[in-house]
Amino acid sequence: MAGKTLYDKLWDSHVVREESDGTCLLYIDRHLVHEVTSPQAFEGMRLAGRKLWRDSSVVANPDHNTPTKDWDKGIEDPVSRLQVETLDSNIKEFGALVYFPFKNVNQGIIHVIGPENGTTLPGMTVVCGDSHTSTHGAFGALAHGIGTSEVEHVLATQTLIAKKAKSMLVKIDGVLGAGVTAKDVALAVIGRIGTAGGTGYAIEYAGSVIRGLSMEGRMTVCNLAIEAGARSGMVAADDKTAAYLKGRTHAPKGANWDAAVEYWKTLHSDADAVFDAVVEINGAEIQPQVTWGTSPEQVLPIGATVPDPSKETDPTKRTSIENALKYMGLTANMPISDIKLDKIFIGSCTNSRIEDLRAAAGVIKGRKVASSIALALVVPGSGQVKRQAEEEGLDKIFTEAGFEWREPGCSMCLAMNADRLAPGERCASTSNRNFEGRQGPGGRTHLVSPEMAAAAAIAGHFVDIRSQA
Amino acid sequence: MKAFTQVHGLVCPVDRANIDTDAIIPKQFLKSIKRTGFGPYLFDEWRYTNYGEPGMDCSTRPLNKDFVLNQPRYQGAQVLLARDNFGCGSSREHAPWAIDDYGFRVVIAPSFADIFFGNCYKNGILPIVASAEMVDQLFAECFANEGYKLNVDLESQTVTLPSGASFKFDITPHRKHCLLNGLDEIGLTLQHADAIKAFENKHKATQPWLFA
Ligand code: SF4
Repeated sequence: MAGKTLYDKLWDSHVVREESDGTCLLYIDRHLVHEVTSPQAFEGMRLAGRKLWRDSSVVANPDHNTPTKDWDKGIEDPVSRLQVETLDSNIKEFGALVYFPFKNVNQGIIHVIGPENGTTLPGMTVVCGDSHTSTHGAFGALAHGIGTSEVEHVLATQTLIAKKAKSMLVKIDGVLGAGVTAKDVALAVIGRIGTAGGTGYAIEYAGSVIRGLSMEGRMTVCNLAIEAGARSGMVAADDKTAAYLKGRTHAPKGANWDAAVEYWKTLHSDADAVFDAVVEINGAEIQPQVTWGTSPEQVLPIGATVPDPSKETDPTKRTSIENALKYMGLTANMPISDIKLDKIFIGSCTNSRIEDLRAAAGVIKGRKVASSIALALVVPGSGQVKRQAEEEGLDKIFTEAGFEWREPGCSMCLAMNADRLAPGERCASTSNRNFEGRQGPGGRTHLVSPEMAAAAAIAGHFVDIRSQA
Repeated sequence: MKAFTQVHGLVCPVDRANIDTDAIIPKQFLKSIKRTGFGPYLFDEWRYTNYGEPGMDCSTRPLNKDFVLNQPRYQGAQVLLARDNFGCGSSREHAPWAIDDYGFRVVIAPSFADIFFGNCYKNGILPIVASAEMVDQLFAECFANEGYKLNVDLESQTVTLPSGASFKFDITPHRKHCLLNGLDEIGLTLQHADAIKAFENKHKATQPWLFA
């Protein structure tokens, strides 16, 4: 019999019961909760008179609606404020292991605070009413987004009704070139398989490039699994995983730590495991990526030119290109490096960890944001990231260059708070979605790595980071 | 949950691939703490020419006349027809809530994003995967014939075209059972509370750190 994949191991170790059609009841270890997708779930619990199954599984925090400046003024928008206050009262009523209310020193994006507090651990099932829950798969966990009805189901039963997905191995071997980051790897994968390429699959990222990435880098890669259509992305646990977790607030301690580390060593695909699909990519061929359209699969290397719809033979694809160019205000065949920017956003659960900020600061140090840039924002992923960056003096590097240094949160990743693009404005963003209107109605988003965003801020247009060294 | 048995409904063709949940219901409407009232804001940025805000009275907003949903011939549609990868992007259940609140009961596309697909069932909406050729045919027939209706029957898992031709669709027995009977999944799962407890105790014994 063939060996097991990491996904098999994680799945099998959480099946409570299985029905004849393969539908399983899957036990959930960690439930991350934020203000946007939870109010209706708590309301449903209340209406049905149900109790939370296990409050020690819940880690919660508002992030989508919270402002990133003038915290002393509170949340100005009354609708946003109500949503955040509703989370406060729901957690108070139902309980949680960790709750960082608005303005708490540790508050941040839920996908940043889970790992940094040691509440995301290898071997866990992790869910959240948020599609970027795939981020936590970087720890050798089975992590994926769920809808609000499922949030309620997990709150009430600690389980999820689920059917096993197919497995896909994305193997990236070789060595990354200088200036090529985890973000570029993730975008290149999406460019290769498309935004629906991973639909129905759980992706395991492997190969020397992935092994070589830091935990932050692996989180960036897994974060973007959902943009390739896969609900979950994962990376086998290894020494780096354990080293990252050691000593974190909720990581196991003492004898439990040793036992945990022993167990985590089993969390990898067996050598003879068989995947339903395998994608192999040569890491050395990956170049810094820039999205030009309104879907993450509309991505190209920095040296490329904007696609020409007249050269596309598939009519649906041609229309997609035409629509995207029109929305993005770009002309076919123009070099990507000619694209001029209005705003720069460094942040989001994709790229707002300390390593991302260090990388961006490294590019910016001693230089100035171009005068044509209306606003350049750095929004750290969490209070902890912010403090760490300030200890290292990164905030100074950013502010001296002309960036604004803000309070943590989702911010302009989805523009539910005051940070947003005006219609027609163009942004180099380290976030994960370049959908129409994502960063503000009519706003135009180009997804890039922190280094590429930083270099674009200085130049006022995209530049090949490799020419900046 | 609302039960679904059969729908004989007008079809509205939204001829685009990769329709994401941000397009289905833009984020400003996610600030609501309710499950209802999203229908008027379905496809908000395509449907109106001004910027929508939660609580706005949509009856007075300027409509984008080119958008299919606004064309008189599609008013009252219950079947939404779209292209590949419908519902990609954010996991927001506000997307199926908006689709349901607008009055759609069925979405037909060649493929769906996973989370959206699952969310539909939880809200009494039937997502149907049809072959790309069939979807092409449905679009063509729908554009050519005003008042184009499909008959969707869950029990027999069949969609019948006006011509009498039909095709079958897949659904897992569990989902079909819940949808046909409008069952509350949480209540069903809690019938297995003892099994969950037993699993939890065993899990705790082997990985105590997960419960620390
Ligand atoms: S940073 Fe963006 S993608 Fe991440 S959780 Fe917040 S809104 Fe979602």
